[in-house]
Amino acid sequence: MTKEERLKKRHRAEKRFRFYGLTSIFVALLFVVILVQNIFSKGSSAFKKTVITTEVFFDQELLEIQNGASQEEIMEADFYDIMIENLIKAYPAKDRDEEDELLKLFSGDAEIEIKKAFLNDNNLIGKTITLDLTASDDIDQLHKGNYPRDLPEERRRISDFQLVIYDYFVENKKISKNFNNYFFNNGDSRDPELAGIGGALVGSFYSILICLLLAFPVAVLASIYLEEFAPKNKITDFIEININNLAAVPSIVYGLLALQILLATIQLPRSTPLVAGITLALMTLPRIIIPCRASLKAVPPSIREGALAVGASKFQSVFHHVVPLALPGTLSGTIIGLAQALGETAPLILIGMVAFVVDIPSSPVDPSSSLPVQVYLWSESAERGFVEKTSATIMMLLSFLIVMNFIAVYLRQKFEKRWN
Amino acid sequence: MNIVLIFLITIFSVSLFFYGKSKTKTISIKDNIKLNALPKFYGYYLVLWCSIPALVFLLVWSLFEPVIIKSIIIETAANQGAIFSDKNEANLIYEKIKAIHLGTYFGDIDSILRESALAYAKFINLFTNSKVVLIFGIIIASVIYSLKKIKNNNKARDDVEVILKGLLFVSSLIAILTTLGIIFSLLFESIKFFSVINIFDYLFGTNWSPQRAFVRDASSITAAEFEELKDAFGFIPLIAGTSFIAFIAMLVAVPIGLFSGIYMAEYASIKVRRISKPIIEILAGIPTVVYGFFAALTVGPFFRQVGENLGLTVSSESALAAGLIMGIMIIPYVSSLSDDVINSVPQSLRDGSYAVGATKSETIKQVVIPAALPGIIGSVLLAVSRAIGETMIVVMAAGLAANLTINPLESTTTITTQIVMILVGDQEFDSPKTQSAFALGLTLFIATLILNYIAQRAVKKYREKYD
Repeated sequence: MTKEERLKKRHRAEKRFRFYGLTSIFVALLFVVILVQNIFSKGSSAFKKTVITTEVFFDQELLEIQNGASQEEIMEADFYDIMIENLIKAYPAKDRDEEDELLKLFSGDAEIEIKKAFLNDNNLIGKTITLDLTASDDIDQLHKGNYPRDLPEERRRISDFQLVIYDYFVENKKISKNFNNYFFNNGDSRDPELAGIGGALVGSFYSILICLLLAFPVAVLASIYLEEFAPKNKITDFIEININNLAAVPSIVYGLLALQILLATIQLPRSTPLVAGITLALMTLPRIIIPCRASLKAVPPSIREGALAVGASKFQSVFHHVVPLALPGTLSGTIIGLAQALGETAPLILIGMVAFVVDIPSSPVDPSSSLPVQVYLWSESAERGFVEKTSATIMMLLSFLIVMNFIAVYLRQKFEKRWN
Repeated sequence: MNIVLIFLITIFSVSLFFYGKSKTKTISIKDNIKLNALPKFYGYYLVLWCSIPALVFLLVWSLFEPVIIKSIIIETAANQGAIFSDKNEANLIYEKIKAIHLGTYFGDIDSILRESALAYAKFINLFTNSKVVLIFGIIIASVIYSLKKIKNNNKARDDVEVILKGLLFVSSLIAILTTLGIIFSLLFESIKFFSVINIFDYLFGTNWSPQRAFVRDASSITAAEFEELKDAFGFIPLIAGTSFIAFIAMLVAVPIGLFSGIYMAEYASIKVRRISKPIIEILAGIPTVVYGFFAALTVGPFFRQVGENLGLTVSSESALAAGLIMGIMIIPYVSSLSDDVINSVPQSLRDGSYAVGATKSETIKQVVIPAALPGIIGSVLLAVSRAIGETMIVVMAAGLAANLTINPLESTTTITTQIVMILVGDQEFDSPKTQSAFALGLTLFIATLILNYIAQRAVKKYREKYD
């Protein structure tokens, strides 16, 4: 091999090496794109729901209330007969079996939707109005094109006759897509068309709020102590080792801690945002302390010395000068810690947040779910409608995380002082 | 009740603040004393003394009150003839008694329950009254003490700072308390578990099937049941499955992470670096439940389809799918850390290598990486500890049954999956099955602790070398 050939070979090796590096970055970026694209393509349809436009006639004979009835009277009244009577008119069905199949195309809440219309206007008896009633999950998925029509009938959840009705609806423009208010307002449900993340949103909000209230002050005080006041001794070293180790303990271990201490020993109520918040606070604490200490450390000693020189005490120099200067970094570290806590699932599963909760929690001691746990719960469900609901929940979760991270970056870039 | 008390404590504190402030002011003006501290510090001093002891007492009391009342009530119910065989039934009766007291119970109420409910009401009353009395006692005592202290004292600021410093120290102790809490809660149940199951049967057993542990009461175990139990908690398949999935993950994460780290540290322009680094770090910020969903619903079925087309049987919960996705999640841990580590290799080493004619890649391979090796190994170890502690991806995408296999197309299970499976839903207290989850947690905790310790030592040693 001549010198030139060797040099060429070495330059080829150089190019290859560079190519490997570029490819790895590309693969990592590609995966981010694939993941986001996959979730968005599955989930974006969940923000709309399919509705069937139906004429509803409020027949006096089928209702036991009068025009102008009070709220309580309407709430107690039975709208079942009215619902059946009007829904079977949506399509000219021939017999009871066909009517049953027709009724299955509407959601389980059709009666409640009709009642709500009457609640809005209690003079409807004897009148006919047009209502957009929520369609069942199967029709919803079919209309959104997520459901293959060409399967043989026995492998479909929709019968051939129901397809005929569906085509009739489409032809007569009786079927359309509306904004899915149920997805944001409702709690969990066994029916995908009625299931929503309302409960999970509130549960997550309470959990993160409690986590913030507990973790932020303690983390800031602890990092001020360790960075500014702690003498160099064995206790301080031990605390530091502890914090570093705690930051790396798998989150599920915090779930076991919560199960044993918070639920079994102190007997706080299971499945509640209160317990979730405390658990997440314990978990987030070391993850906040580390960036807090870094931002305190970044404040140059001259600031402290300047304060001390004009007669401030150690405390005044720290709390009047160092802490305010370190605050942007502290806050952004806290927000990033909270973002991690918001996406945490495993410890919450162990403290019983996987319970099926329909009601939206009204306080932090009500049983509740949370966004990531809702993702886990729905992903285990067999119904096709839950796939889009799960993806849409992930979209909500990711957008919260993105917003939080942007706030953190903004705080740091806008307010943090650079010292050199 | 607690909210009212906290409100009262706040009001007292605020009024004491103004009292202390104005009082010292008037004294210092009247007697013409030069104070060493501003008047407000006398106020702060009173506030701290008034609020901290009372609040700490309130917190401790609120934590233990329900537990104590419960044990008293269950005992009185038992004395009155209520029959319950285990903890769950006792809990049920206690809940009933509570519901009767609150007026939300609509079932049949027998005399035992009625009597117990009356006793419950009595105790609640007693506890609340004594709480209020004690809190006021504490407030009065500490206020008298602190008022005495600020008389003839011109160093209130120093005193306030001593108290605040104590507060800071206590906050930093929370880290130690958390560690102690973890160790205590894991050990407590694990010791119970290992008193039934021999630790060697656990560590070296090759069969994991905790569902066989139907025995509720460990004391009344027969010999046959004991043999059965002995065989049900073998740890080997779990550690094998965990390491296998972690190994697949590392096969993905180490090359991709390391190469991107190297490229970013050595080749990339500042602009490329500024864009690609945060995007790669997005991978670490995505919640793991999202990866789990993606692995279980997209990647798993996709692999099965591909396998079918190739004539292979691929489980839809294959170790490959879980490992691959976990590897992608871990990429940023490897890339960011190795990027940092490579950046801190001194430029003089590179310059020396260039000076003797090496190309850039030769310099990286033969000078930079050997110099950075301890740090890189540290970052890989941290990534391994992430992988074995990772829960949601494997719960959703890996299998539930413990198979001893090295075929990546089959399903295996992991330590974390088993912990979740055992503890999800209703648990029987004091059953070896429930306790085994804590033994698994303890094993996991120790394993990650050791890995982290070694990794942190390696990184630290390396940093010191070039600082």
